[in-house]
Amino acid sequence: MTTSSATLVPGAAGPWREVVASARAELYRLRRWGAVRVIVGAWLLLTLLFGYVFNYVSYVTGESGFANEGATSTAALLVDLLPRQAPSVMVQGMPMFGGALMMVLGALAAGNGYGWGTWKTIIAQGPRRGAVAAGSLLALGTVVVAVVLLTAALTLVVSTAIAGLEGASMALPEAGRMAAALGLGTGVMGMWAGAGFLLGIVSRNPALSAGLGLVWALVVENLLRGVGGLVPGMSAVTDVLPGTAAGSWVGAFVGTSASGDTSPGMLTVLDGTPAGLLTIAFALGLPALAAWRLVRSDVA
Amino acid sequence: MTHTTVVLTDRLTKRYGDRLAADGVSMTVHRGEVYGFLGPNGAGKTTTLRMLLGLVRPTSGDATVLGRPAGHPAVSGRVGALIEGPGFFPYLSGRDNLATLARYRGLPDAEVDAALDRVDLSARAGDRFRQYSLGMKQRLGVAAALMGDPALIVLDEPTNGLDPAGMADMRRLIRALADEGRTVILSSHLMAEVEEICDRVGVISDGRLVREAPVEVLRGASVLEVVGTPTARLLEVASRLTGEGTVRLDGDRALLDLDEARAPELARALVQAGVDLHRLAPRTRSLEDVFFEMTGAAAAASRDTLEVTA
Repeated sequence: MTTSSATLVPGAAGPWREVVASARAELYRLRRWGAVRVIVGAWLLLTLLFGYVFNYVSYVTGESGFANEGATSTAALLVDLLPRQAPSVMVQGMPMFGGALMMVLGALAAGNGYGWGTWKTIIAQGPRRGAVAAGSLLALGTVVVAVVLLTAALTLVVSTAIAGLEGASMALPEAGRMAAALGLGTGVMGMWAGAGFLLGIVSRNPALSAGLGLVWALVVENLLRGVGGLVPGMSAVTDVLPGTAAGSWVGAFVGTSASGDTSPGMLTVLDGTPAGLLTIAFALGLPALAAWRLVRSDVA
Repeated sequence: MTHTTVVLTDRLTKRYGDRLAADGVSMTVHRGEVYGFLGPNGAGKTTTLRMLLGLVRPTSGDATVLGRPAGHPAVSGRVGALIEGPGFFPYLSGRDNLATLARYRGLPDAEVDAALDRVDLSARAGDRFRQYSLGMKQRLGVAAALMGDPALIVLDEPTNGLDPAGMADMRRLIRALADEGRTVILSSHLMAEVEEICDRVGVISDGRLVREAPVEVLRGASVLEVVGTPTARLLEVASRLTGEGTVRLDGDRALLDLDEARAPELARALVQAGVDLHRLAPRTRSLEDVFFEMTGAAAAASRDTLEVTA
């Protein structure tokens, strides 16, 4: 067996080369993982159903349902289904459902490394732990960006199709608003994916980390916000929770839709700017904590 | 550290709560040898190897691997390891698993095929890891350890789950790796395996390195086993030939510390003295005998220490 000149000798190569190599390796295995396709598929299906299908059925039949609760008129329903509103439809499910799914993805990506023994195998192969952690997070971030781009493509294609069917305006959203939606979506989804990754590293167990993450995102934060007004000082805590930050950021971006519809997870607790900054802080801080933990702890 | 020393540990200790998984292990592994790390389950073999690979940080003590501190990135890339069973992505094929690891290390895909070929897994390389038998998983783990032209290969129980033919193949492969000039640390609790392929052995028990020596030194010199009647006459003649204190009785067998080359001389003397000779054969202590002596003594010493402490 010979050593190729292309061999990346850990320690000799720059840390960035090791990070890029780790990210390439992680992407290589993530894109072959059925769980990733299932999670991404589930998110796109939810966006399609709750963003368009149910509302379109309601518009066509004139019947109202939970998907369009609070809608003022069927005409207003159509406005929300047109391409102009695609940036809002794209992000409105992200604080809760999209975020929860990304958290499961992060938890599985990190937690399974312990269950399958792959962290041990990879780290014993030589790359620096810091590079492995950074590469894994970079790969996860790439998946998140891909998911956000797919969501944008889906909303644009479906809304354009509906506009064509109904003979309504096919005007595309403003580029700035679309770009803002992409950035917001990446921040929110990335924050939850990073939270899941951290849980996976800390718990060393994919099922436990995914379960804990889901309970936190879907139940605990909502309950805490519910009792926030009852306990003095509690709101100071609940106002800076990840779900509050992400929900408020999306809430400020979407505002009040034409139909008056509000998606679960969208909040008005914080203004847009502090909510965005807080979400970005979580999106950077939680993965950094996970990387630190992976570097410092024993790998059994 | 001399230029031939590949691994050197100095009182390497790992404590998990109240339990000492490795207790002051000081071991030396020389370049190009197959070093057998022998000990019962739970003795501390895997913990020690994990510390050598930088997977686990020692509570105290030092470990130097290939001239650098254990776990140093410049060293880890020159070490191949299969530690505590193969850990791979179950949904990926064997080839894709190795390709993932190759990407982590910046190795070309040619390394993947060469490693698969070396462990005779090329024909099933496209199957998913989860569909592999335990033996195939072990071979894939060894293949991963072989990628990147490692100078040191650490194999923790590599023959687990292999059938007899697979075990023989694995032993041949390990010897071939040593013949190529690589150093191999083989952790095992299979005495015959260690005896067959290892040059030197470190015996660990209750976290402590009880002994470290070449296999033949551990086994000690062979003795001649003689059965004959009358026994008293046999002992008298044998003592006259070999000297006082070199003959002992084990049941009806006399054990003589006498070179095997002098067996014909002994036989002639016994027959001429009127001893009916029923058996005369060299007897070598197996590594298993030595192992149980050492680990039994270590366990007893450990128990005594505990009792005194209590």
